[in-house]
Amino acid sequence: MIKTDILIIGAGPTGLFTVFEAGLLKLKCHLIDALPQPGGQCSEIYPKKPIYDIPGYPEVLAGDLVDNLMKQIEPFEPTFTLGERAETIEKLDDGSFIVTTNKGTKHHAPIVAIAGGLGSFEPRKPPIQNLANYEDKGVEYIIRDPEIYRNKKVVIAGGGDSALDWSIFLTDVASEVTLVHRRTEFRGALDSVEKVQELKNLGKINLITPAEITGIHGEDHVTGVEITKKGEDSFTLETDHFIPLFGLAPKLGPIGDWGLEIEKNAIKVDNTLDYQTNIPGIYAIGDVNTYPGKLKLILCGFHEATLMCQSAYQRIFPDKKYVMKYTTVSGIDGFDGTRKEAPKAVVKAIN
Amino acid sequence: MSQDINIKITDREGVTHKIVAPTDMAMNLMEVVRSYELAPEGTIGICGGMAMCASCQCYVHSDHELPEMSVDEDMMLAEAFYVEENSRLGCQIQMTPELDGLEVELAPES
Repeated sequence: MIKTDILIIGAGPTGLFTVFEAGLLKLKCHLIDALPQPGGQCSEIYPKKPIYDIPGYPEVLAGDLVDNLMKQIEPFEPTFTLGERAETIEKLDDGSFIVTTNKGTKHHAPIVAIAGGLGSFEPRKPPIQNLANYEDKGVEYIIRDPEIYRNKKVVIAGGGDSALDWSIFLTDVASEVTLVHRRTEFRGALDSVEKVQELKNLGKINLITPAEITGIHGEDHVTGVEITKKGEDSFTLETDHFIPLFGLAPKLGPIGDWGLEIEKNAIKVDNTLDYQTNIPGIYAIGDVNTYPGKLKLILCGFHEATLMCQSAYQRIFPDKKYVMKYTTVSGIDGFDGTRKEAPKAVVKAIN
Repeated sequence: MSQDINIKITDREGVTHKIVAPTDMAMNLMEVVRSYELAPEGTIGICGGMAMCASCQCYVHSDHELPEMSVDEDMMLAEAFYVEENSRLGCQIQMTPELDGLEVELAPES
């Protein structure tokens, strides 16, 4: 069981900055995120795109903002459960919570801060009839263990980096690799595109374009896929696995079933005070929440995180007196023993 | 005073809405849909309008001359679902006086 003071669900910019504000109050944080890396949308969707409305930064790349936040929170030693989705929540008699992920990892904390953005990123599933019936029976949307494809026939669909990169990788593992894409053009790193061309010329990748997978065959397991080339009759290709790689899209997911008040696909919170939800002890901050006048901006998430941490402190230590201090005055005392502080002026006579 | 335009948007339930859209607010079609709440929040404009998610895909039914497709939009549509010949990303269609009378239909959520 992982124990912490504030359990943050979502490691996007708002979740990361929460670690800093909590750290100033000497509260420890642990973050859960469905993605394998921190940064949320900033890392997953647009790391190379500039943002112009982060106060104090005339321009910052989304990926750089995440790197900076990671550096800023480093002294407060956040811990992470990455690549797992928060699935269930249980309230204990003492008011604390246990959050369990889809992989069964349990987390215990007196405070839960949902900073889940638009939800957890899930693979986009192509609209093929019966596709769901073959999930984990030959259809995989994410490659977890490439070894399961050893000496098997594999069909990959998609036109982006992951489709290209996995096609290349699996040529050394699978007995047969087929790449199907709706266009003849691919969007990916130049190296990957050229490598696929090379492997195609060598006969190691069977490239079928412009085409789509329109059906799946098999009883208990995939035995083949139906491929339709533009303007032609469809044909069946024998395969053991079908791997659609069409990127990820965020879905609110299981959090929607936690008994929280939901409006417009977002969690209703008290914006007059502390961004607490209808369940005391559970807060929602950043893009995942809603209230009158809500704006889904990173800078608003930072503000919400700051107020939320003050409220969380009061909840954990109801009898302690505390006033907010400027970091310029107090400095930063990291949990790792480091200290940052403003340089002291000296008084010295000049003769 | 800048000109407002009249457009018709058919939502994902098949209901057609007659909408007045401003042309002076640098709004795109995806934002017009959101401002009138014609699709639930969180199901459209997920990437915010960067042509990086295809959640604002729509079918253009009128024969208006639309802005040329950028490489980003073209490649995003190459990986989207339910794509037709007349598919476009709403976020890449700016509201301009020339688009008065535009008729579009939102593609299914995916």
